[in-house]
Amino acid sequence: MSKRVVITGLGVVAPNGMNVPDFLHSIKNGISGIKYVPQFEELKFNCQVCGMPQFEWEQLRNYITETSLYGLKGKGIAFGIKAALDAWMDAGNPIVSEETLYETGCVFGSSVADTDVIKNAITRVDAKESKKLGSRVVEQIMNSGVTAYISGRLGLGNKIVSNSSACATGTQAILMGYEYIKYGMAKRMVVGSSEYVDSYVFGAFDSMRVLSRKFNDQPEKASRPMSISAGGFVPGSGAGALILEDLDFALARGAKIYGEVLGGSNNSGGQRSGGTMTAPGAVGVVKCINDAITEANIRADDIDLISGHLTATIADKQEIQNWSDALGRRGEDFPMVNSLKSMIGHCLSAAGSIEMVAAVLQLEHQFVHPNINIEDPNPEIIDLITANNLPTTMVNKEINVLAKANFGFGDVNTCLIISKYK
Amino acid sequence: MDRKTILSELKKVLAPYTENKELLNGITEETDLIKDLKINSANLVDIIIDAESAYNIEIDFDSAEKMYLVGNCIDVIMDKMNQSA
Repeated sequence: MSKRVVITGLGVVAPNGMNVPDFLHSIKNGISGIKYVPQFEELKFNCQVCGMPQFEWEQLRNYITETSLYGLKGKGIAFGIKAALDAWMDAGNPIVSEETLYETGCVFGSSVADTDVIKNAITRVDAKESKKLGSRVVEQIMNSGVTAYISGRLGLGNKIVSNSSACATGTQAILMGYEYIKYGMAKRMVVGSSEYVDSYVFGAFDSMRVLSRKFNDQPEKASRPMSISAGGFVPGSGAGALILEDLDFALARGAKIYGEVLGGSNNSGGQRSGGTMTAPGAVGVVKCINDAITEANIRADDIDLISGHLTATIADKQEIQNWSDALGRRGEDFPMVNSLKSMIGHCLSAAGSIEMVAAVLQLEHQFVHPNINIEDPNPEIIDLITANNLPTTMVNKEINVLAKANFGFGDVNTCLIISKYK
Repeated sequence: MDRKTILSELKKVLAPYTENKELLNGITEETDLIKDLKINSANLVDIIIDAESAYNIEIDFDSAEKMYLVGNCIDVIMDKMNQSA
């Protein structure tokens, strides 16, 4: 028999909030974390703004040992450690356990290992100084670096998985953790993802001409999902983490329960029928959403809020069309929809997990966060779902069921359905 | 440079890798880096790299293997300093 899976802890490192209370305040009030970066102008990037957490290494002092902090250079790993350990403590657990926790595992994803750390290795090796690299490089350039740090600190002994599926990474990590618990393989999972977009990854996206470039002088206006003046996404960095638990395990320890993961789906359109390396195919997306609804054992009409992928490219319109087709709902009957990316940009691998933290907070506090920067909504989107379903200020509203999806390069899709715990 | 001076300099090199800094107060030439100071064995290479830089010396593989007690470290450092002098 399958288990029910609940959410018992949240942690976030976001461009508009370094912890859950600050992040909650920001998303309620439409506070942007997008800033102008002088270095990007010097590097001749078209897009010169990004969403970067206000992170300092000192913030990790109480999270990992001093000897471990000394020599840690990878910011993606640092963001992941902070978010995961915040979630762990939020769930009421002490950081340090004497014994290995064999019932608890971790699925945490990222897109690229830290390129700053890789750059150091490349520079040293090319200068014939590999001898000076020391013992701390491999653990930070391996793709499993972030899970190795998190699981080591917490003493986790179940499955430890570092997943990667581009912009669907975060939601995929949550889905994988959910499935391990649902099918009885683990009692508790630390799930999430992290991303540090340095200038090398940024430059590669910039060269694709998919980034916002017309608002460099107004950074907070630069990320404009669903707006007619949307001209590309704004890269962001950060991490999101959740603690998922077997319901009985959570109840037995008297845990606070934020909500329940009802189900989800992870598929690929196979880069067929319109799907490509860089664009999600509508058929696969619609199937992914429908499969998630079936898995969650709900009806499409039960969905009160959609937390979209909605990056602020020409794909936004198609995404809304896909949701409408999948749910069989349009016009006033369509649920409210929002994109956190309007405030923090597109955090790539971290997008799904940060957006999921926002989703759980909206469920917990019964509100819909605003979409900022759609004073000029795309008329075709309005025609399909009406302006009422695109709130531009916070709306207090009863939310029982929320759908969250992300779509990534390689035509990979993930959709999750969460609800209040009843 | 005498052994006492090297020992007190060596404390600074060992500090970032020693979680419990108080252990450094009582170090002698007999102190074992791994057993007494609880230094992670993987960090011995970092200590060697830092010592090379601090004393402007090169420590070869064979010498590095001897560096498990503070006294051995001082032997190797003095030896290499004399070689380069």
